[in-house]
Amino acid sequence: MQGVDGLFERMVHEHKDRVFAASLAMTGNRHDAEDVAQDTFIRAYRALATYSPERIRDLKERPWLHRITVNVVRNRVRGVKPQLVELNGRESDHSPGPEAKAMERMQIDELATRVADLPIRYREAVVLRHVRDLSYAEVAEALGQPVGTVKANVHRGLKLLRGDDHDRVDN
Amino acid sequence: MIALTTDLNKLGAVKAPPGFADRVLAQLGMADSYAPFETVLGTVYVAWNRLGVSAAARSNSAQEFVDWFHKDVGRQVMAAEAAPDLARKIKDELNGKRRMRFDLRGLTPFEQAVLRKTRQIPRGEVRPYGWVAREIGRPAAVRAVGTALANNPIPYFIPCHRVVRTDGEIGNYGGGGPEAKRAILILEGVRLKRLQDMARGGFRYQGVRTTKIFCYPTCYTGRHALEKNIVWLHDEASARAAGFRPCKVCRPAVVA
Repeated sequence: MQGVDGLFERMVHEHKDRVFAASLAMTGNRHDAEDVAQDTFIRAYRALATYSPERIRDLKERPWLHRITVNVVRNRVRGVKPQLVELNGRESDHSPGPEAKAMERMQIDELATRVADLPIRYREAVVLRHVRDLSYAEVAEALGQPVGTVKANVHRGLKLLRGDDHDRVDN
Repeated sequence: MIALTTDLNKLGAVKAPPGFADRVLAQLGMADSYAPFETVLGTVYVAWNRLGVSAAARSNSAQEFVDWFHKDVGRQVMAAEAAPDLARKIKDELNGKRRMRFDLRGLTPFEQAVLRKTRQIPRGEVRPYGWVAREIGRPAAVRAVGTALANNPIPYFIPCHRVVRTDGEIGNYGGGGPEAKRAILILEGVRLKRLQDMARGGFRYQGVRTTKIFCYPTCYTGRHALEKNIVWLHDEASARAAGFRPCKVCRPAVVA
Protein backbone atom coordinates (compact mmCIF):
# COMPACT_ATOMS: atom_id res chain seq x y z
CA MET A 1 0.00 0.00 0.00
CA GLN A 2 2.83 2.33 0.95
CA GLY A 3 4.37 1.82 -2.48
CA VAL A 4 1.22 2.74 -4.39
CA ASP A 5 0.62 5.78 -2.21
CA GLY A 6 4.14 7.05 -2.76
CA LEU A 7 3.95 6.44 -6.49
CA PHE A 8 0.60 8.17 -6.67
CA GLU A 9 1.76 11.19 -4.72
CA ARG A 10 4.69 11.61 -7.07
CA MET A 11 2.35 11.21 -10.04
CA VAL A 12 0.01 13.94 -8.79
CA HIS A 13 2.84 16.41 -8.37
CA GLU A 14 4.47 15.51 -11.65
CA HIS A 15 1.38 15.50 -13.85
CA LYS A 16 -1.03 17.91 -12.19
CA ASP A 17 -0.36 20.78 -14.61
CA ARG A 18 -0.68 18.57 -17.69
CA VAL A 19 -3.89 17.00 -16.51
CA PHE A 20 -5.33 20.36 -15.51
CA ALA A 21 -4.43 21.95 -18.85
CA ALA A 22 -6.05 19.10 -20.75
CA SER A 23 -9.10 19.31 -18.51
CA LEU A 24 -9.37 23.06 -19.06
CA ALA A 25 -9.25 22.65 -22.83
CA MET A 26 -11.81 19.86 -22.67
CA THR A 27 -14.30 21.63 -20.41
CA GLY A 28 -13.74 25.29 -21.26
CA ASN A 29 -13.77 26.67 -17.73
CA ARG A 30 -11.55 26.40 -14.69
CA HIS A 31 -14.22 25.25 -12.31
CA ASP A 32 -15.16 22.16 -14.33
CA ALA A 33 -11.50 21.68 -15.19
CA GLU A 34 -10.62 21.30 -11.53
CA ASP A 35 -13.46 18.78 -11.10
CA VAL A 36 -12.30 16.78 -14.10
CA ALA A 37 -8.65 16.90 -13.09
CA GLN A 38 -9.50 15.78 -9.55
CA ASP A 39 -11.70 12.97 -10.84
CA THR A 40 -8.88 11.91 -13.12
CA PHE A 41 -6.47 11.48 -10.26
CA ILE A 42 -8.98 9.85 -7.96
CA ARG A 43 -9.82 7.28 -10.62
CA ALA A 44 -6.17 6.81 -11.34
CA TYR A 45 -5.57 6.07 -7.68
CA ARG A 46 -8.41 3.57 -7.47
CA ALA A 47 -7.13 1.85 -10.62
CA LEU A 48 -3.54 1.73 -9.36
CA ALA A 49 -4.69 0.03 -6.19
CA THR A 50 -5.96 -2.89 -8.28
CA TYR A 51 -2.97 -3.16 -10.62
CA SER A 52 -0.30 -5.80 -10.36
CA PRO A 53 3.30 -4.64 -9.78
CA GLU A 54 4.19 -5.63 -13.37
CA ARG A 55 1.36 -3.58 -14.77
CA ILE A 56 2.38 -0.59 -12.69
CA ARG A 57 5.98 -0.95 -13.79
CA ASP A 58 5.04 -0.99 -17.47
CA LEU A 59 2.60 1.87 -17.13
CA LYS A 60 3.04 4.76 -19.56
CA GLU A 61 1.82 7.42 -17.21
CA ARG A 62 1.05 10.27 -19.57
CA PRO A 63 -1.09 8.46 -22.14
CA TRP A 64 -2.70 6.52 -19.32
CA LEU A 65 -3.68 9.65 -17.36
CA HIS A 66 -4.89 11.38 -20.51
CA ARG A 67 -7.02 8.40 -21.33
CA ILE A 68 -8.60 8.66 -17.90
CA THR A 69 -9.21 12.39 -18.39
CA VAL A 70 -10.86 11.68 -21.74
CA ASN A 71 -13.09 9.08 -20.11
CA VAL A 72 -14.03 11.41 -17.26
CA VAL A 73 -15.07 14.05 -19.78
CA ARG A 74 -16.99 11.52 -21.86
CA ASN A 75 -18.86 10.37 -18.77
CA ARG A 76 -19.72 13.92 -17.81
CA VAL A 77 -21.08 14.53 -21.28
CA ARG A 78 -23.30 11.54 -20.74
CA GLY A 79 -24.45 13.22 -17.57
CA VAL A 80 -22.88 10.70 -15.23
CA LYS A 81 -21.17 13.09 -12.92
CA PRO A 82 -19.44 11.05 -10.24
CA GLN A 83 -20.34 11.99 -6.71
CA LEU A 84 -17.32 12.98 -4.72
CA VAL A 85 -17.22 13.34 -1.01
CA GLU A 86 -15.56 16.51 0.22
CA LEU A 87 -13.63 15.09 3.15
CA ASN A 88 -12.82 18.40 4.67
CA GLY A 89 -16.09 20.03 3.76
CA ARG A 90 -14.27 22.97 2.29
CA GLU A 91 -14.88 24.62 -1.03
CA SER A 92 -11.91 24.51 -3.32
CA ASP A 93 -10.48 27.91 -3.95
CA HIS A 94 -10.32 29.09 -7.49
CA SER A 95 -7.99 31.98 -7.02
CA PRO A 96 -5.82 32.70 -10.03
CA GLY A 97 -2.64 30.79 -10.49
CA PRO A 98 0.61 32.73 -10.52
CA GLU A 99 0.85 32.27 -14.30
CA ALA A 100 -2.13 34.46 -14.81
CA LYS A 101 -1.46 37.85 -16.16
CA ALA A 102 -5.04 38.99 -16.57
CA MET A 103 -5.01 39.60 -20.34
CA GLU A 104 -3.24 36.43 -21.25
CA ARG A 105 -5.40 34.47 -18.88
CA MET A 106 -8.54 35.86 -20.48
CA GLN A 107 -7.28 34.95 -23.92
CA ILE A 108 -6.39 31.48 -22.79
CA ASP A 109 -9.76 30.97 -21.15
CA GLU A 110 -11.49 32.27 -24.22
CA LEU A 111 -9.59 29.81 -26.39
CA ALA A 112 -10.40 27.03 -23.93
CA THR A 113 -14.09 27.85 -24.28
CA ARG A 114 -13.82 27.64 -28.04
CA VAL A 115 -12.00 24.33 -27.88
CA ALA A 116 -14.54 23.01 -25.42
CA ASP A 117 -17.30 23.85 -27.93
CA LEU A 118 -15.86 21.44 -30.49
CA PRO A 119 -17.68 18.15 -30.94
CA ILE A 120 -16.12 15.71 -28.55
CA ARG A 121 -14.29 13.53 -31.07
CA TYR A 122 -12.43 16.52 -32.56
CA ARG A 123 -11.93 18.07 -29.18
CA GLU A 124 -10.21 15.02 -27.72
CA ALA A 125 -7.91 14.75 -30.70
CA VAL A 126 -7.02 18.45 -30.84
CA VAL A 127 -6.46 18.73 -27.09
CA LEU A 128 -4.14 15.77 -26.88
CA ARG A 129 -2.24 16.56 -30.06
CA HIS A 130 -1.86 20.34 -29.81
CA VAL A 131 -2.66 21.38 -26.27
CA ARG A 132 -0.87 18.49 -24.64
CA ASP A 133 1.60 18.07 -27.47
CA LEU A 134 1.46 14.27 -27.62
CA SER A 135 2.59 12.48 -30.78
CA TYR A 136 -0.08 11.06 -33.08
CA ALA A 137 0.85 7.59 -31.90
CA GLU A 138 0.41 8.57 -28.24
CA VAL A 139 -2.91 10.27 -28.97
CA ALA A 140 -4.06 7.16 -30.79
CA GLU A 141 -3.09 5.06 -27.78
CA ALA A 142 -4.79 7.35 -25.28
CA LEU A 143 -8.00 7.48 -27.33
CA GLY A 144 -7.97 3.87 -28.43
CA GLN A 145 -8.35 4.94 -32.07
CA PRO A 146 -6.30 4.27 -35.22
CA VAL A 147 -3.69 6.90 -36.05
CA GLY A 148 -5.44 7.79 -39.32
CA THR A 149 -8.67 8.56 -37.51
CA VAL A 150 -6.80 10.77 -35.05
CA LYS A 151 -5.07 12.71 -37.84
CA ALA A 152 -8.35 13.31 -39.61
CA ASN A 153 -10.04 14.44 -36.38
CA VAL A 154 -7.21 16.80 -35.49
CA HIS A 155 -7.33 18.29 -38.95
CA ARG A 156 -11.08 18.86 -38.87
CA GLY A 157 -10.93 20.15 -35.32
CA LEU A 158 -8.34 22.78 -36.22
CA LYS A 159 -10.39 23.83 -39.24
CA LEU A 160 -13.45 24.30 -37.06
CA LEU A 161 -11.43 26.37 -34.60
CA ARG A 162 -10.30 28.62 -37.43
CA GLY A 163 -13.93 29.13 -38.32
CA ASP A 164 -13.44 27.38 -41.63
CA ASP A 165 -15.93 24.54 -41.56
CA HIS A 166 -16.67 23.97 -45.24
CA ASP A 167 -15.71 20.33 -45.23
CA ARG A 168 -17.25 19.68 -41.84
CA VAL A 169 -18.82 16.24 -41.73
CA ASP A 170 -20.21 16.31 -38.23
CA ASN A 171 -23.80 17.65 -38.07
CA MET B 1 -2.38 28.32 -38.88
CA ILE B 2 0.82 28.82 -36.92
CA ALA B 3 -0.84 31.26 -34.55
CA LEU B 4 -3.59 28.83 -33.69
CA THR B 5 -1.33 25.91 -32.80
CA THR B 6 0.93 28.29 -30.84
CA ASP B 7 -2.07 29.46 -28.87
CA LEU B 8 -3.17 25.90 -28.26
CA ASN B 9 0.31 25.22 -26.98
CA LYS B 10 0.00 28.13 -24.57
CA LEU B 11 -3.24 26.64 -23.36
CA GLY B 12 -1.24 23.50 -22.69
CA ALA B 13 1.16 25.43 -20.46
CA VAL B 14 -1.59 26.37 -18.01
CA LYS B 15 -0.72 25.47 -14.42
CA ALA B 16 -2.99 23.68 -12.01
CA PRO B 17 -4.46 26.05 -9.40
CA PRO B 18 -2.55 26.47 -6.14
CA GLY B 19 -3.22 23.72 -3.63
CA PHE B 20 -4.62 21.41 -6.29
CA ALA B 21 -2.35 18.48 -5.47
CA ASP B 22 -3.09 18.81 -1.75
CA ARG B 23 -6.82 18.81 -2.42
CA VAL B 24 -6.52 15.64 -4.49
CA LEU B 25 -4.45 13.93 -1.82
CA ALA B 26 -6.77 15.15 0.92
CA GLN B 27 -9.79 13.77 -0.95
CA LEU B 28 -8.12 10.39 -0.88
CA GLY B 29 -7.18 10.92 2.74
CA MET B 30 -3.49 10.92 1.87
CA ALA B 31 -2.59 14.47 2.73
CA ASP B 32 -2.53 15.50 6.34
CA SER B 33 -4.81 18.13 7.82
CA TYR B 34 -4.19 20.03 11.00
CA ALA B 35 -6.01 22.11 13.56
CA PRO B 36 -4.99 23.83 16.79
CA PHE B 37 -6.15 22.15 19.93
CA GLU B 38 -6.24 23.46 23.50
CA THR B 39 -4.61 21.25 26.11
CA VAL B 40 -3.16 21.71 29.57
CA LEU B 41 0.13 22.40 27.79
CA GLY B 42 -1.39 25.32 25.93
CA THR B 43 -2.11 25.27 22.22
CA VAL B 44 -1.02 22.05 20.57
CA TYR B 45 -1.26 21.66 16.81
CA VAL B 46 -2.56 18.25 15.82
CA ALA B 47 -2.22 16.71 12.36
CA TRP B 48 -4.14 13.72 11.08
CA ASN B 49 -4.90 11.77 7.92
CA ARG B 50 -6.95 8.73 7.01
CA LEU B 51 -4.71 6.47 9.10
CA GLY B 52 -5.18 8.50 12.23
CA VAL B 53 -3.38 11.23 14.15
CA SER B 54 0.04 11.68 12.57
CA ALA B 55 1.75 14.38 14.62
CA ALA B 56 1.34 16.84 17.44
CA ALA B 57 3.54 19.72 18.49
CA ARG B 58 3.49 22.83 20.60
CA SER B 59 4.23 25.50 18.04
CA ASN B 60 4.05 29.24 18.42
CA SER B 61 2.10 29.66 15.22
CA ALA B 62 0.33 27.66 12.57
CA GLN B 63 3.10 28.53 10.10
CA GLU B 64 5.75 27.22 12.47
CA PHE B 65 3.84 23.96 12.76
CA VAL B 66 3.39 23.64 9.00
CA ASP B 67 7.12 24.21 8.45
CA TRP B 68 8.05 21.76 11.16
CA PHE B 69 5.69 19.13 9.82
CA HIS B 70 7.00 19.50 6.30
CA LYS B 71 10.59 19.19 7.44
CA ASP B 72 10.11 16.48 10.03
CA VAL B 73 7.36 14.30 8.59
CA GLY B 74 8.12 15.11 4.96
CA ARG B 75 4.56 15.73 3.80
CA GLN B 76 2.39 18.77 3.18
CA VAL B 77 -0.26 19.61 5.72
CA MET B 78 -3.39 21.71 5.26
CA ALA B 79 -5.37 23.72 7.75
CA ALA B 80 -8.77 22.20 8.43
CA GLU B 81 -11.64 22.31 10.83
CA ALA B 82 -11.04 19.85 13.63
CA ALA B 83 -13.66 17.14 13.70
CA PRO B 84 -16.16 18.17 16.40
CA ASP B 85 -15.58 14.95 18.33
CA LEU B 86 -11.79 15.25 18.24
CA ALA B 87 -11.65 16.87 21.68
CA ARG B 88 -13.74 14.09 23.16
CA LYS B 89 -11.68 11.40 21.42
CA ILE B 90 -8.43 12.85 22.69
CA LYS B 91 -9.80 13.01 26.21
CA ASP B 92 -10.97 9.40 26.04
CA GLU B 93 -7.63 8.31 24.64
CA LEU B 94 -5.75 9.94 27.52
CA ASN B 95 -8.13 8.38 30.00
CA GLY B 96 -7.69 4.98 28.41
CA LYS B 97 -11.40 4.73 27.61
CA ARG B 98 -11.05 4.47 23.88
CA ARG B 99 -8.22 3.92 21.47
CA MET B 100 -7.54 6.53 18.83
CA ARG B 101 -5.82 5.60 15.63
CA PHE B 102 -2.31 6.87 15.05
CA ASP B 103 -0.33 7.03 11.84
CA LEU B 104 3.11 5.78 12.83
CA ARG B 105 4.42 5.14 9.32
CA GLY B 106 7.98 6.25 8.94
CA LEU B 107 8.97 4.97 12.35
CA THR B 108 11.03 1.81 12.78
CA PRO B 109 9.29 -1.32 14.09
CA PHE B 110 11.21 -0.83 17.35
CA GLU B 111 9.99 2.76 17.74
CA GLN B 112 6.46 1.67 16.96
CA ALA B 113 6.63 -1.08 19.58
CA VAL B 114 7.89 1.40 22.19
CA LEU B 115 5.07 3.83 21.46
CA ARG B 116 2.41 1.12 21.40
CA LYS B 117 3.59 -0.15 24.77
CA THR B 118 3.70 3.38 26.17
CA ARG B 119 0.06 3.87 25.28
CA GLN B 120 -0.83 1.05 27.66
CA ILE B 121 0.40 2.95 30.73
CA PRO B 122 -2.76 4.15 32.43
CA ARG B 123 -3.40 7.77 33.31
CA GLY B 124 -2.08 8.62 36.76
CA GLU B 125 0.67 6.02 36.59
CA VAL B 126 4.30 5.99 35.50
CA ARG B 127 6.72 3.28 34.44
CA PRO B 128 10.49 3.25 34.14
CA TYR B 129 12.23 3.15 30.75
CA GLY B 130 13.46 -0.34 31.60
CA TRP B 131 9.90 -1.57 31.97
CA VAL B 132 9.06 -0.55 28.40
CA ALA B 133 12.24 -2.23 27.16
CA ARG B 134 11.46 -5.47 28.96
CA GLU B 135 7.80 -5.50 27.97
CA ILE B 136 8.59 -5.24 24.27
CA GLY B 137 11.11 -8.06 24.56
CA ARG B 138 14.27 -5.93 24.33
CA PRO B 139 15.37 -5.71 27.97
CA ALA B 140 18.83 -4.37 27.12
CA ALA B 141 17.58 -1.56 24.90
CA VAL B 142 16.80 0.89 27.70
CA ARG B 143 18.65 3.81 26.14
CA ALA B 144 17.10 3.11 22.76
CA VAL B 145 13.69 3.28 24.42
CA GLY B 146 14.63 6.72 25.73
CA THR B 147 15.62 7.83 22.24
CA ALA B 148 12.46 6.42 20.69
CA LEU B 149 10.34 8.29 23.24
CA ALA B 150 12.31 11.49 22.72
CA ASN B 151 11.43 11.22 19.02
CA ASN B 152 7.77 10.53 19.70
CA PRO B 153 6.02 12.43 16.87
CA ILE B 154 2.79 12.61 18.86
CA PRO B 155 3.81 13.63 22.38
CA TYR B 156 1.02 14.06 24.93
CA PHE B 157 -1.39 11.91 22.90
CA ILE B 158 1.02 9.01 23.05
CA PRO B 159 1.83 9.52 26.72
CA CYS B 160 5.62 9.38 26.72
CA HIS B 161 5.41 11.64 29.79
CA ARG B 162 4.35 8.55 31.74
CA VAL B 163 7.79 7.00 31.32
CA VAL B 164 10.25 8.23 33.97
CA ARG B 165 13.67 7.41 35.35
CA THR B 166 14.01 5.01 38.27
CA ASP B 167 16.39 7.27 40.21
CA GLY B 168 13.67 9.81 40.88
CA GLU B 169 14.74 12.24 38.21
CA ILE B 170 11.85 13.05 35.97
CA GLY B 171 13.66 12.38 32.70
CA ASN B 172 13.46 14.46 29.60
CA TYR B 173 10.36 15.32 27.66
CA GLY B 174 10.12 16.17 23.97
CA GLY B 175 6.75 17.83 24.46
CA GLY B 176 8.13 20.81 26.38
CA GLY B 177 10.92 19.81 28.75
CA PRO B 178 10.92 18.32 32.24
CA GLU B 179 8.72 21.10 33.65
CA ALA B 180 5.90 20.31 31.23
CA LYS B 181 6.32 16.60 32.00
CA ARG B 182 6.04 17.29 35.73
CA ALA B 183 2.96 19.46 35.21
CA ILE B 184 1.11 16.85 33.17
CA LEU B 185 1.91 14.05 35.58
CA ILE B 186 0.68 16.03 38.57
CA LEU B 187 -2.43 16.94 36.61
CA GLU B 188 -3.00 13.29 35.85
CA GLY B 189 -2.92 12.52 39.56
CA VAL B 190 0.56 11.09 40.04
CA ARG B 191 1.88 11.72 43.59
CA LEU B 192 5.14 12.86 42.14
CA LYS B 193 6.83 14.19 45.25
CA ARG B 194 6.26 10.98 47.17
CA LEU B 195 7.42 8.94 44.21
CA GLN B 196 10.59 10.96 43.76
CA ASP B 197 11.45 11.00 47.46
CA MET B 198 11.25 7.23 47.65
CA ALA B 199 13.09 6.75 44.38
CA ARG B 200 15.96 8.89 45.63
CA GLY B 201 16.13 6.58 48.62
CA GLY B 202 16.52 3.68 46.23
CA PHE B 203 12.99 2.36 46.73
CA ARG B 204 11.50 1.24 43.43
CA TYR B 205 8.52 -0.86 44.48
CA GLN B 206 5.88 -0.85 47.08
CA GLY B 207 4.52 -4.02 48.61
CA VAL B 208 1.26 -4.41 50.45
CA ARG B 209 1.61 -6.52 53.59
CA THR B 210 -1.92 -7.87 53.49
CA THR B 211 -1.87 -9.11 49.90
CA LYS B 212 1.83 -9.96 49.70
CA ILE B 213 1.98 -8.31 46.25
CA PHE B 214 4.53 -5.74 45.13
CA CYS B 215 3.86 -3.09 42.50
CA TYR B 216 5.25 -0.01 40.87
CA PRO B 217 4.37 2.74 43.35
CA THR B 218 1.78 4.34 41.04
CA CYS B 219 -0.02 1.11 40.14
CA TYR B 220 -3.71 1.59 40.85
CA THR B 221 -4.09 -1.84 42.47
CA GLY B 222 -2.13 -0.60 45.47
CA ARG B 223 -3.75 2.80 45.64
CA HIS B 224 -6.27 1.99 48.31
CA ALA B 225 -3.93 0.11 50.61
CA LEU B 226 -3.68 1.60 54.09
CA GLU B 227 -0.44 3.48 54.62
CA LYS B 228 0.44 1.23 57.57
CA ASN B 229 0.31 -1.86 55.34
CA ILE B 230 2.67 -0.45 52.71
CA VAL B 231 6.29 -1.57 52.61
CA TRP B 232 8.81 0.11 50.35
CA LEU B 233 11.14 -2.27 48.57
CA HIS B 234 14.49 -1.81 46.88
CA ASP B 235 14.44 -4.46 44.21
CA GLU B 236 12.83 -7.65 43.02
CA ALA B 237 15.15 -9.98 44.95
CA SER B 238 14.47 -8.39 48.32
CA ALA B 239 10.76 -8.24 47.53
CA ARG B 240 10.62 -11.93 46.77
CA ALA B 241 12.79 -12.68 49.82
CA ALA B 242 10.23 -10.85 51.93
CA GLY B 243 7.53 -13.10 50.51
CA PHE B 244 6.00 -10.72 47.96
CA ARG B 245 5.02 -11.71 44.44
CA PRO B 246 4.98 -9.26 41.51
CA CYS B 247 1.69 -7.59 40.58
CA LYS B 248 0.06 -9.08 37.50
CA VAL B 249 -1.28 -5.71 36.41
CA CYS B 250 1.74 -3.42 36.45
CA ARG B 251 4.25 -6.29 36.07
CA PRO B 252 7.24 -4.92 38.01
CA ALA B 253 8.93 -8.24 37.22
CA VAL B 254 8.06 -11.23 35.14
CA VAL B 255 5.51 -13.22 37.11
CA ALA B 256 7.11 -16.48 38.10
